[in-house]
Amino acid sequence: MKVYTVEEYKSLGKEPEILFWVGCAGSFDSRAQKITWALVKILHNAGIEFAVLGNDESCTGDPARRSGNEFVFQMLALQNIETLNMYNVNKIVTTCPHCFNTLKNEYPELGGNYDVVHHTQLIQQLINEKRISIEKGIFKGKKIVYHDSCYLGRINGIYEAPREILEELDGQLLEARRNASNGLCCGAGGAQMFKEEEPGDKKLNVERVEELLESNPDIIAVNCPYCTLMMDDGLKNKEKDEDVMVYDISELIVQANNW
Amino acid sequence: MSLQQIVFLILFIAVVFLAYRSYGRIIKAIKLGKSYTAEGSKGQRWKNVFLVAFGQQKMFKRWIPGFLHLFIYVAFLFTQIELVEIIIDGVSGHHRFFADKIGPLYNVIINFIEILSVLAFVSTLIFLWRRNLLKIPRFVKPEMNGWPRLDANLILIGEIILIVGIFSMNSADLALQNLADSHYPDTGQLLISSLVFENLLQDMSQSSLIVMERFGWWLHLSVVFGFILYLPYSKHLHILFAFPNVYFASLKARGAIENMPVITNEVKSMMGLTDETGSEITDELPEFGAKDVTDLSWKNILDAYSCTECGRCTSVCPANLTGKKLSPRKILMDIRDRSTEIITQLDGSVKESDFDDGKSLFDYISEEEIFACTTCNACVEACPVMIDPLSPIIELRRYKLLTESKGPSEWMPMYNAIENNGAVWQMPGQRFDWANNLESN
Repeated sequence: MKVYTVEEYKSLGKEPEILFWVGCAGSFDSRAQKITWALVKILHNAGIEFAVLGNDESCTGDPARRSGNEFVFQMLALQNIETLNMYNVNKIVTTCPHCFNTLKNEYPELGGNYDVVHHTQLIQQLINEKRISIEKGIFKGKKIVYHDSCYLGRINGIYEAPREILEELDGQLLEARRNASNGLCCGAGGAQMFKEEEPGDKKLNVERVEELLESNPDIIAVNCPYCTLMMDDGLKNKEKDEDVMVYDISELIVQANNW
Repeated sequence: MSLQQIVFLILFIAVVFLAYRSYGRIIKAIKLGKSYTAEGSKGQRWKNVFLVAFGQQKMFKRWIPGFLHLFIYVAFLFTQIELVEIIIDGVSGHHRFFADKIGPLYNVIINFIEILSVLAFVSTLIFLWRRNLLKIPRFVKPEMNGWPRLDANLILIGEIILIVGIFSMNSADLALQNLADSHYPDTGQLLISSLVFENLLQDMSQSSLIVMERFGWWLHLSVVFGFILYLPYSKHLHILFAFPNVYFASLKARGAIENMPVITNEVKSMMGLTDETGSEITDELPEFGAKDVTDLSWKNILDAYSCTECGRCTSVCPANLTGKKLSPRKILMDIRDRSTEIITQLDGSVKESDFDDGKSLFDYISEEEIFACTTCNACVEACPVMIDPLSPIIELRRYKLLTESKGPSEWMPMYNAIENNGAVWQMPGQRFDWANNLESN
């Protein structure tokens, strides 16, 4: 399975259907890379001609902007927009809700206008168009609790697509006590991922994991690489990382189909 | 002209004069802020005013306080009809001016107000109980100690007195009508006041009834006048400001943080993306973000004066929930208190541009608070009057990072990695290396 860059596509005189924006976590973090691979497999099996920016991709600047460092954000954003516009990119899919939000909502004001979708939206569309199907079997009897990420859910109002995909699996879909627009943050947003939390009573990811564990799930389903890392960490803290697994929705599709 | 009319007119004119001054001060405080243009369609804005402000839509995310608040709110709205009559009566010396003007409708309206007043009375008692005995967590956070707690209780007690005024006025009126005094036009049966009259006032003398009726009338009126003058000093100002605040709330995508065009231009010229040269070099170092309320937008300050300290934002804030110091409500209260502090000092001869009391918003809000925010937008979602607590937090962070070059030290390696490697972590190898391991997985 080879992943092509936009440049390689262009040199063959072809246009990719969609650009896969991988993001920092998806590129560099060993856990999040698995989510990247999962989406690659899904796109491949759906027969979608996609490309990546490869080494031309940079951080979107989300953590810089939200932490208050607008200079660093603008440097990254303007550079990325240059790259994307140079390759005439129109449609983008990404596994990271933070990249998704910045590309979709913040780049237009700086001259970057693209049709941006989160991978859960694309997967739902592929299922609806019957371009991929989901094998039944491995999730039978499994309890799957869904964690809304802030940047996909509350901030961009995407609550249904991930749930509709999860309902396609033959497991039992559970809702967290605080869900959808009331979903509780994993603790990574606003550049918190890159620093220790301020003094308090509890780590935020532990608070969230405790709540998700209330329904005794087998799997915590997420839609964000940073939530994945935070939930993994929270489970370790509760010594539950052997019993409960954290998976991105794309990984569950890959597992179901044994791709 | 009767003595009562004279007293009424003097009071009325005094209230109008004092209100003009104190509300003018709040407007002046809001104008301390920088320019702000509410983007988006007017149609959507009015829709929000109708649904969110008038319709109380977001209050029902928590249905128990949602309904209790609705009763008090609707009672407040409809009592305005009675208030108009009270003012007409006060000026003209009539008694119940509308009673013989609108026929049977008068009885319907007064009965409706009576039912709402009972519901509001019960709701107010429940609110006092929730706040002081049940100690609902969001009402006992540290920022509620002192004046904010007293303020909330004063408002609730004021509402109770207001309603007591209405019922003593109406029930004594019924008793006087019953004595066939022509001064008191027939209002018909009143659901609640008739009960009071039949059970308590049967044996009262005419003179005591007249005193009681006047007592209720003046009590109701004084509390209303008191409220008008008290609001500019109270969190209760939301009953007026909720409407413009919802109207002016940003309709931009929630995920889009306010752009800084000055920095865009600066970076563009650095990167050679524009023919224009960067901003003119000046002796003064540029300041970015917000150090004080004067660096915030006027909408941020309007937000602060519209806040009624309900604490729904704080009760869903992930940082606050896990024991961190950050409370979105406190950020709003601090912006309001600092604005009031500035405007109080400006009341003298000092000009706004010359003003410097050596203080800033950072005397109210600590770094520990602003850096605990995860930008999750739970506070933005929770606010029933569409206040945006995240916007000032970002502006304060911008001041720390860009103007003072301060901030959590752990963020510095992240910025360096982004600047040098285009990734949030300093990693060996190339960004696209992930694809190398794809086959083996």
